[in-house]
Amino acid sequence: MKFSLSWLKAHLDTDASLTEITDKLTDIGLELEGLENPADALRPFRVAKVIEAGPHPNADKLQLLKVDDGSDQPWQVVCGAPNARKDMVGVFGPPGTYIPGSDFTLKPAKIRDVESFGMMCSARELELGDDHDGIIELPADAAAAVGTSYADYAQLDDPVIDIAITPNRQDCMGVRGIARDLAAAGIGTLKPLEIGSVERSGAGPDVRTDDPEGCPAFYGCTVTGLTNGTSPDWMQARLKSAGQKLINALVDITNYVMLDHGRPLHVYDVAKLKGGLVARKAKAGEKLTALNDKEYTLDETMTVIADDNGAHDIGGIMGGAETGSEESTTEVLIECAYFDPASIAKTGQKLMLTSDARQRFERGVDPAFLDNGIDIATALVLDLCGGNASEITRAGAPPTDMPTISYDPKQCAALGGIDVAPEKQKSILEALGFQVTLCSRVGGSLSPEAGAGEAVEMDSRLRGNTDKGHASLWDVTPPTWRRDVEGWQDLVEEVVRIEGLDNVPSTPLPRKAGVAKPTASPEQLAERKARRAAAARGLNETVTWSFISDKEAAPFGGGTWSLANPISEDLKVMRPSLLPGLIAAAQRNADRGASSMRLFEVGRRYLATTEHQTIGLVLAGENKARSWQAGSATKYDAFDAKAEVLAILEAAGAPIDKLMDFGEAGDHYHPGQSGTLRLGPKKILAAYGALHPSVTKALGLKGSAVGAEIFLDAIPVKKAKDHMREAFAPPALQAVTRDFAFIVDADLPAGDLVRAVKGADKKLITGARLFDLFEGASVGAGKKSLAVEITLQPVEATLTEEDLKAVSDKVVAGAAKLGAELRG
Amino acid sequence: MSDIEVIKDKYLGEISAATDGDALETIRVAALGKKGEISLLLKTLGKMTPEERQTEGPKINGARQAVADAIAARKEAMESDVLNARLATEKLDMTLPPPSAPKGSIHPVSQVMDELAEIFADLGFSVATGPEIEDDWHNFTALNIPETHPARAMHDTFYFPQTDDQGMPKLLRTHTSPVQIRTMMDVAKQTDGEGEPIYIIAPGRTYRSDSDATHTPMFHQVEGLVIDKNIHMGHLKWTLETFVRAFFERDDIELRLRPSYFPFTEPSAEVDVGFSVEKGRRIIGGDPRGDNGGWMEILGSGMVHPNVIRNCGLDPDVWQGFAFGCGIDRLAMLKYGMDDLRAFFDGDLRWTEHYGFDALDVPTLSGGVGA
Repeated sequence: MKFSLSWLKAHLDTDASLTEITDKLTDIGLELEGLENPADALRPFRVAKVIEAGPHPNADKLQLLKVDDGSDQPWQVVCGAPNARKDMVGVFGPPGTYIPGSDFTLKPAKIRDVESFGMMCSARELELGDDHDGIIELPADAAAAVGTSYADYAQLDDPVIDIAITPNRQDCMGVRGIARDLAAAGIGTLKPLEIGSVERSGAGPDVRTDDPEGCPAFYGCTVTGLTNGTSPDWMQARLKSAGQKLINALVDITNYVMLDHGRPLHVYDVAKLKGGLVARKAKAGEKLTALNDKEYTLDETMTVIADDNGAHDIGGIMGGAETGSEESTTEVLIECAYFDPASIAKTGQKLMLTSDARQRFERGVDPAFLDNGIDIATALVLDLCGGNASEITRAGAPPTDMPTISYDPKQCAALGGIDVAPEKQKSILEALGFQVTLCSRVGGSLSPEAGAGEAVEMDSRLRGNTDKGHASLWDVTPPTWRRDVEGWQDLVEEVVRIEGLDNVPSTPLPRKAGVAKPTASPEQLAERKARRAAAARGLNETVTWSFISDKEAAPFGGGTWSLANPISEDLKVMRPSLLPGLIAAAQRNADRGASSMRLFEVGRRYLATTEHQTIGLVLAGENKARSWQAGSATKYDAFDAKAEVLAILEAAGAPIDKLMDFGEAGDHYHPGQSGTLRLGPKKILAAYGALHPSVTKALGLKGSAVGAEIFLDAIPVKKAKDHMREAFAPPALQAVTRDFAFIVDADLPAGDLVRAVKGADKKLITGARLFDLFEGASVGAGKKSLAVEITLQPVEATLTEEDLKAVSDKVVAGAAKLGAELRG
Repeated sequence: MSDIEVIKDKYLGEISAATDGDALETIRVAALGKKGEISLLLKTLGKMTPEERQTEGPKINGARQAVADAIAARKEAMESDVLNARLATEKLDMTLPPPSAPKGSIHPVSQVMDELAEIFADLGFSVATGPEIEDDWHNFTALNIPETHPARAMHDTFYFPQTDDQGMPKLLRTHTSPVQIRTMMDVAKQTDGEGEPIYIIAPGRTYRSDSDATHTPMFHQVEGLVIDKNIHMGHLKWTLETFVRAFFERDDIELRLRPSYFPFTEPSAEVDVGFSVEKGRRIIGGDPRGDNGGWMEILGSGMVHPNVIRNCGLDPDVWQGFAFGCGIDRLAMLKYGMDDLRAFFDGDLRWTEHYGFDALDVPTLSGGVGA
């Protein structure tokens, strides 16, 4: 909301400085967003008189002027304006002046071989208007002001204040409301409301409302015999300060009343209407071309203003193009209606149409201001355009009833945290237009002793409105322009913001007694450890978009959640996997010259029913760079991914010993170089492997890559346990190891053999580790040799040869069940 | 000089002249072997008179010991020479680089989330989470933002074609406030509507249909919520001051609360922090009224609106409290000096290396929350 300081002062009697005013605006919740003075740009321009005007020796359309701007010597100026002539007074920019309307700085220049210093300016060059047909002509008596700054001469020195209005403060979408707030906050006094004199005669127009929900009240009057034209300078200056376009006097008046009082109005050209005006629901499919020249198709939920020919106004949002006032208009109907905020909001949302009127109506305009609004507008029309005003027709009634809120001044301290004396609270509320009376039900007191100076601790029954006969102390009725105020909390807010939030004293939160308890859940701790473990293993954490393209999602089963209104096709589908984002990030790095990409991300996959917290990782490029020790660079293989998975799972607290190797990692992996780690057939903790070449190709990744996803939400949560560990002493007897080499079928998974060997004697065998794999002619076609080292931990006595023989036999027997033969 | 002295000196001479182990062994056998010269002399002791033995015994034994010691010493010296000679051949160029381990890193967003968890744990807040694909009720209606509320238009919401059981389109949460709703509802359910104190922060991803130099369609937000008895704006102010000062690790940070409006709080306040310029860079803290100083808005906050508490099944006449929210990415940028939000979501390893954190830079209260 923009307005000039002089406009504000039309409502506010104050000696406060501009800074005091702007600081206070921010302090009371009307945040200053901008402050500029149009005079600043115009200060270097001076009132100047043309003392000589003659032809340019080398150009027909140019003149050679001598201009007196009060300097010691007149300037020689080459000028192309047709209206430039001797003795005229205009506005001169000396060399070095920045011309705001043309965005350049004047320099002495030769124009057709004649030197020119400075410029006589047009209105457009000074951004004072659109006129560029000639230079500005000031009245002849301005000659007395030659040499003074044009900004001072034209009294343009009027700062424009721009403030942000929060959606609850419709009352401040008019300058008078802002003045009222400032007055309540101690910046001056609010001047009495000036309506202007309106003489009315003759019956009011035929207006009615057939839609009491959407348009509860429709007031109208006509003005006949008027002459439309341009609005006066004072009004134009104010509208310009608000950034409002100037149209004609009638439209400018409605805009002015809206900006001055937050009261939108509409003016119809009576000559274009047929019959009376009615507020009614639109017909399904009814069409209307609005003032923005766009056609809108309406439905039965929307309120329109119509005559016998059809709808001419999307009620409270935008007028129609057909019936607006023009220069030639001589008779108008002024509409001042009250539209239901919710239905205005719905209509505006549906039509995707916003306007100054909608913004005000949907926030709730003052329902008690209809008569004032129409009178103020009529007075301005009569004053500026002449004519005769009719009586007002009042159809329907606006909802002017306001709730009465029971309020205990102690509530200010209890919620706002600041002690404000009851007398002070009362005066703040009254200055804002609230009516404060002592509650009649229980004898209240307005003496300061009874107020907030006492304990902040408050009995809960005092917080409610009325409860068990303990009525609160005050009855407070908000003013009709504050429809945002609903409960006592709003009253506290009013008092606190005017008193000053900065004055609320900091109060430490109560500290809980006893030993600090952990505040992170086991899942959060597991995730934190997993993330740090991944980074410690040389993986770089990234954060990629939660949404990806259809194309990226397709190889991963596609996405269930596809945005209806994505900002681009690339950011459209909620990812079903973390891998596409990581693959894209890997390729971006490769494109920038990175040789090895080790990326991971902790985030969610979005599946049909749930979001799953997941760690994704991608390893691409070189695993080990070429080196003097190891020779050529190596690539990543599926086992690199598996190693990361196991390490991260362990850090996250997964029971590593109990994990089982499975296949079925998913179609986006290499079918023969991928796997899953599970706790039981259905409980998948992680999938990993070499990425399928067709997937990396489709996603634009050059070269091979491996990846993995760890499904954090599948990891069983560790039960809370106390600090005490199980009793333990290192065994006194030394562990021994034995090696076994087996010939097995080439397709036997090594993991099966290791599990069989380890399970051969659950008491003695504490470990089994595969250390050699050999395939070749010597072991026979379709066969391979697997060598396993087992660790035996004697418990009671050193193992004898017989003991070892017995264990060895069990191992061989266990392996034999898988078809394994001990290698000779 | 007696014979024995001559014999001893002879062998000592030979020992020192010996050049290898074999020569030394030959000398040992010749002197101390079973039939060695000194061994034979030792055997003559038995045939001597006690007097003779008393004078000759120590001499012969002394000679034996001296020769044995000399052989051992010489042998040790020879072995040492051999080892040194071998080591001399094993010299490596120790300026060569060792095998390198890849260096990993933690993203600044995660780091800041951990810092926040640590700071707020000290104040008794736990971390709460909730879904990102939300329904209209949790994201808007329960937060006192009905369908026709003008504030909805400010949210630039992403919608899905899927609808919830109220027939409203599902959406991506525009803030982490729905986590507040879910937490309060859970508490109301678990306590049969009685309620109990709630102290949480809710960090996470949030989404708005907005993309320019300072906005990304996905960003991170943290919200705080306190529900208790007798909580007022003074507590809110103190909590924010404590949080901001702890986060930036400076005592000289000024906060300015300005009245504002959010549908879910009443009263509401926007919070500015004071900044100044140090070493040519804008930093949070210092004198906002000094040269180049000023105020920067970083937080929205307020007392939880009674409608919100009621919507969650708790009694607003019993429970009241405050809520606040701010951008995590923004906090990270202000603290660590990144200037481009979009780089957060690019995965550029050069950026990660520069702005990322070591795995072991775990924020702790004792070690400081800023790495």
